[in-house]
Amino acid sequence: MTATAPTRSLVIEREIPHPAEKIWRALTQSALVEEWLMKNDFQPVVGHRFNFRSTPVPGWDGIINAEVLVLEPNSRLSYSWGTMGTESVVAWTLTPTKDGTHVRMEQTGFRSEEDAAYKGARWGWTKFIGNLEGVVGRLA
Amino acid sequence: MQAATENVFKALADPTRRAIFEHLSRDGEQTVHALTHRAGVSQPAVSKHLGILKLAHLVRDRREGRETHYSAQPQALAPLIDWMSIYGAFWRDRFDRLENLLKRMDT
Repeated sequence: MTATAPTRSLVIEREIPHPAEKIWRALTQSALVEEWLMKNDFQPVVGHRFNFRSTPVPGWDGIINAEVLVLEPNSRLSYSWGTMGTESVVAWTLTPTKDGTHVRMEQTGFRSEEDAAYKGARWGWTKFIGNLEGVVGRLA
Repeated sequence: MQAATENVFKALADPTRRAIFEHLSRDGEQTVHALTHRAGVSQPAVSKHLGILKLAHLVRDRREGRETHYSAQPQALAPLIDWMSIYGAFWRDRFDRLENLLKRMDT
């Protein structure tokens, strides 16, 4: 295993019929973030270190260590995302459109294949059996 | 891609094999006979599918008398359950929740 494990990135994009200013509030006000993402002590300050806290499951303590990296009101937000020994960065980009806002989330991670697979298995494979078809369908 | 990983992907790319594997995962050990009854294909076809699943270490067989019993080996799924599939499902769900919250929020 080498130190230069491949970087992988996951992008999810959605057109949301709400103004960017409103989505920005949902992304950056701690109480609102808790409603859709997780309990947290986020503060909109670059360099602020915080945690997301989820319900622990066997093999995972439910804690994500994060730090605010980029903060450009109504436009760009990014934080580090460290959990289960993996480090990644979550970056949000809001772009106004005719009917609302284009929301793009990109998570870029650093991993070693065997390590991540092991942790994925510990996370609980049963939880994801329902996704098998979709995962395999994309690979085939 | 490693040969072992490729075998897992190939084995699960087929819907009948996927159904057999999910059935064994859910309901535990089964005989070929019982699996054939469920799968809606011939016994030789089921046996062939089980052979491919076995090659990928997704199932294990055990002889008992005249019957062969198969059970799922879910740990063989590990190469498939990586970072992408975990977070893909996670973020899509959170996007849904974010949209629901936005609907409830004042402008």
